[in-house]
Amino acid sequence: MSEEPRIDLALAREHGLTDEEWERVQKILGRMPTYSELGIFSVMWSEHCSYKSSKMHLKGLPTTGEQVLLGPGENAGAVALGDGLAAVFKIESHNHPSFVEPKEGSATGVGGIIRDIFTMGARPIASLNSIRFGSLEDPLHRHLLEGVVEGIGSYGNCVGVATVGGETTFHPCYSGNILVNAFNLGIVDAERIFLAKASGIGNPVIYAGSKTGRDGIHGASLLASAEFDDTTDAKRPTVQVGDPFTEKCLIEACLELMRGDQIVGIQDMGAAGLTCSSFEMASNSGTGIEMDLDRVPQRAAGMTPYELLLSESQERMLLVARAGEEDSVCEVFHRWGLDAVVVGRVTGDGQMVVRFGGDTVVDIPVDPVAASSPELDRPTREPPELRERQKLDLASVAPEEDPEGALLALLDDPNLASKAWIWQQYDPWVQGGTILGSGGDAALVRIKRDDGTPTDKAIALSVDCNPRHCFLDPRGGTIAAVAEAARNVACTGARPLALTNCLNFGNPEKPEIMWQLREAIEGIGEAAEALGTPVVSGNVSLYNETHGTPIHPTPTIAVIGLLEPWQRHAVSHFTKSGEAIVLLGESREELGGSAWLALRRGLEAGTPPQVDLAHEQRLHGLLQLGVREGWLHTAHDTSEGGLAVALAECCLTGPERVGAEVSLTESIRPDALLFGETAGRVVVATSDAAAVLAAAEAAAIPAREVGRTGGETLRVVGPDDRVWLDLSLERLAQARDGGIPRRLATVESEK
Amino acid sequence: MFSVLQFPGSNDDRDMEFALKTVLDSPARLIWHGDVELPADTRAVLLPGGFSYGDYLRAGAMARFSPVMAAVKRFADAGGPVLGTCNGFQILCESGLLPGVLRRNRDLHFISGWSHLRVERAAAPFTSRSQVGDVLRIPIKHGEGAYHLGASELAELDANGQVAFRYCEPDGTVSAAANPNGSEANIAGITNRAGNVIGLMPHPEHAVEAGLGGDDGLRILGSLVDAVGGAR
Repeated sequence: MSEEPRIDLALAREHGLTDEEWERVQKILGRMPTYSELGIFSVMWSEHCSYKSSKMHLKGLPTTGEQVLLGPGENAGAVALGDGLAAVFKIESHNHPSFVEPKEGSATGVGGIIRDIFTMGARPIASLNSIRFGSLEDPLHRHLLEGVVEGIGSYGNCVGVATVGGETTFHPCYSGNILVNAFNLGIVDAERIFLAKASGIGNPVIYAGSKTGRDGIHGASLLASAEFDDTTDAKRPTVQVGDPFTEKCLIEACLELMRGDQIVGIQDMGAAGLTCSSFEMASNSGTGIEMDLDRVPQRAAGMTPYELLLSESQERMLLVARAGEEDSVCEVFHRWGLDAVVVGRVTGDGQMVVRFGGDTVVDIPVDPVAASSPELDRPTREPPELRERQKLDLASVAPEEDPEGALLALLDDPNLASKAWIWQQYDPWVQGGTILGSGGDAALVRIKRDDGTPTDKAIALSVDCNPRHCFLDPRGGTIAAVAEAARNVACTGARPLALTNCLNFGNPEKPEIMWQLREAIEGIGEAAEALGTPVVSGNVSLYNETHGTPIHPTPTIAVIGLLEPWQRHAVSHFTKSGEAIVLLGESREELGGSAWLALRRGLEAGTPPQVDLAHEQRLHGLLQLGVREGWLHTAHDTSEGGLAVALAECCLTGPERVGAEVSLTESIRPDALLFGETAGRVVVATSDAAAVLAAAEAAAIPAREVGRTGGETLRVVGPDDRVWLDLSLERLAQARDGGIPRRLATVESEK
Repeated sequence: MFSVLQFPGSNDDRDMEFALKTVLDSPARLIWHGDVELPADTRAVLLPGGFSYGDYLRAGAMARFSPVMAAVKRFADAGGPVLGTCNGFQILCESGLLPGVLRRNRDLHFISGWSHLRVERAAAPFTSRSQVGDVLRIPIKHGEGAYHLGASELAELDANGQVAFRYCEPDGTVSAAANPNGSEANIAGITNRAGNVIGLMPHPEHAVEAGLGGDDGLRILGSLVDAVGGAR
C-alpha cells in the first residue's frame, strides 16, 4: 500500500472539516481516524452531501398530499398518476463541474440525474435543464454555452432519453459561476418503486457498471462545497467523465432485473461514490455492511482504498440482492457488457467495515456518519442595500419613446430570443411520447405503460426562475417562480401536481446569503401550499461565488402536472386566423425588476410584481376547465418582457406564423402596459370568447377580449387610439430567431 | 414477423416495435444483436436508430461485427426486406449492404427537427404508399447524417433509381436551403440496387400518430406491412 499522510487537524482542515467537526470525528470513533475514514467523514459531512446549512430551513416545506407517494429523502420524489402508475422526478445542480469543464460537467449532470430516476425502478422518459451564463459578449461564456449544450445533447441523445424543454438565462451575475441544473422524470408502476435499502443480514452487496477510476475524487467536498478562486483550474481533475453508452446499458440491465424479485435495494454511486451509496443503504435499513475493496472492478492500477472509496467515476450502481441470487443478477449485467461482482455482505451490527489487502481500513458506526450529520443554524441578515435597491420612482424613469424598437430589442436579447439553436441539438422524440417539446410554455409527454401500451395520460413539465426578481425580492421572486412553473403547466390544460427545486445560492457563511436562502425556502413553502404542489424532491447548491461575488439567488423550480385525456390540450401559440384573443388577469403599472427596465434603462431596481396566490390558483383551474370543455386552444402566460413579448411569441412560435390585431384600454403608462411583468396573466385564443368570459367571471378572474388573430403583422393600438406597435411577423421573427446565433457567429469570425 | 434488431446502445428499438405492433397491428419483436440466426418466421428486418456501441470509433462501425449481422446479410442477399433508420442506415453502409458513408453534419452539430422529404422512388416494399413527388414530413435527429458518395457512383445511384428520398422545402422543391446536414444532392435515403434494402436518416417511427406531431412515417412503415403481409 502506498504511504498515507499523517492524520491531524491540519489534514482534517484540508479535507474541509471544521475544528468542531474534527473533534466530533474523534469522539464518534474514540480514536484517530484512518486516512480512508477521514476521507469518508469529509465527503459525508460536506455541504453537498449533508445539506448542513439548509437542513433546518428545508424541514418547514410542505411535502405531503394525497398524490405524494414519496417525498424528499429518497433519490427522487414520486407522485401517483392514477391506474397504478407513478412519476418519479428530481432536479439537481452540476454547476461547478460545468464551469470548470463545460461539456463533461453538464454531461455527467444529465447522467447523474437520470441514474437517480432509474435507481428507483422508473424508466427515465423526459429531461429538462435550466442553464445560466454570463453575457454572450464574453468569449468565455460563448464557449461555456456551446460546451454545456454539447454536453447535455451528447449524453441525453446517446442515453436515449428525450430532452423536452428547459430555460436559459444570461446575466453578468453568472460571469464567474455558471449554473447547470438538470431535471429528469421517469415512469414506474407505483407498486414497484425501489429504494436504497440494505436489509436482510447475509444478503450480498453487488457492484455493477463501470470500473472505478481516479476521476472525481472529492468532487462533492472540494469542488461543490467551496467558492471558486484562482486554484479552480487545478481542480479540473475532480470533474468526472461520463459514458452515456454504459449508462444506457445500465438502465436496460437494471430495469430488466427490477421486473423480477431478486433485488432488495439499489443505490447509484453519485457524489462521494461507493462511500455515500453504501452508508445511505445501511443507514436506511439500520444495518451494517462489510466490503472487500480488492473485489471492486478497477480502471487504474495501484488504487488506494482512499481513492476507491471516494472516486466519483460515473455509471456505477450498488445493489443488495436476495442471498442465492448472486449469479442470476450478475448474469444480466454481463449480458449487457457490464461488470458486476459481489463486493460484500449485509451485517447486523450497524458497522461499516471495509477491508483492503487483508487490512481493515474502515471500521465506523453507520448512523453517526450518515443520519446524524452536522446541522447548522447559520446567522441570517437582510442585505443592507436591498431596501435601497427596491426603491424605484417610476416618475423619474423616462417613458419609452420607441415601443417598436423596444420590442425588437427585447426579442433580440438572448434571454428572450428563440432558444432553437440550443434545443435543436437535443433529441426530443426518443421513446415516442412528446406531444409538446421545447419552445412553448410547458412540455407535454404522453405516458406509456412498461409493456409499451399507450395511455390517455400525459405529464406537463416546466422549469422556471427569474433571477432578477429573486435578487430584488428573494421571497416574492421565489413565489413567482413556483407560480410561473405551475401556470405554464396549467396552460396546457394539466393540473399541477408537485414540484422539485434546485436552490442555487452563494456562500452560506455570509449572513446575507443565508437570509436569501431562508426567504426563498419560505417562499417555496408558501406558494407550494397555496397551489397544492408539494415539494417532493430537491437539491441545494451553495458556494456559487467567485472571488467573493455571489450569483443572484436562483431557486430553480420545476413543476409537473397531469393531463387526461391528453388528446385535449392547449398550445402556447396562435393556431389559426379569426380567433378571439382574451387577456386573463389584470395589467398594473409595474415595471420594477422588468426586462424592459434592465435593457432599456440599465436599471435592476424596484420591487418585482407580487403574486396573488389565490388568484393564481383560480386561474389555473380556469385554464384546465377551458381545455377540458374544448373552448381553449391557445394559452400563453405573460412573463419576462410582458404582454408585448407574450403576444409576439404567440404569433411566432407555432409551425406557421399567425398575426394579431390587439387594442388595449388600460389607462396606465404605455410602456408598463406593453412591457410590465404583472403576474397572473395569460393570453388566450379561442373560437368562443363568450364561453371564456363567462367562465372567467364565474372564477372571479378579470378578463377582457382584446383582439383577433390573423394577418401578417402584430398590431397593437393603445387607449389613445394611436398605433403603438405595427411590425411584420417577418421582422419580429428576424429579431427573435437571430438573437443567439448572431452573437455566437462572432465566435466563428474570431477563430 | 418483423424482427427489430437490438444492439447495445439502440434507442429507437422500442419505438420501432411500437409503430409496427401497436400502431400498424403487425407482429414485431426485438432481436438481440448477439443472436447468430434470425427467427425463422422473419419477414422483414429493421435496424433502429440510436448509438450502437456508443458510436465509438465511428457511427455503426462496431455494430457491423455483431453476430446477427451475418444473418441479416444472408437474409438481404435472399431478397428479404431490410430497413435501417439513422444509426441503422449507418450500420447498413458500414456493413456494405448499402453504398456510401454518412459523415458529420455540415455545421458539426447534432441537429433535430422536422424535415420534409420528397419521395423519389415509389415502389414496394418501402414506398408503395406514396407517389413520386409526394412530400412527407418526418423528424430527423443526428450528428453524422451527411450522405457522401463519389461523383460517378452518385450518378449511377441516380440512374438506377436508388435514391428514395431527398430533403426538400414543404412544397417539394429540392433546394440547398432545405438540406439540413450537407448530404450530397440532398439525399435522405437510398436503396440497394435490388431495392430490398433501404437506409434513411429520418425517423418514420417517430411520425406514426397524428396527435404526436404527425403520421407520415406510416407511409413508409405501412408500405412495408403491405409488402410482407404484416397482419397477424
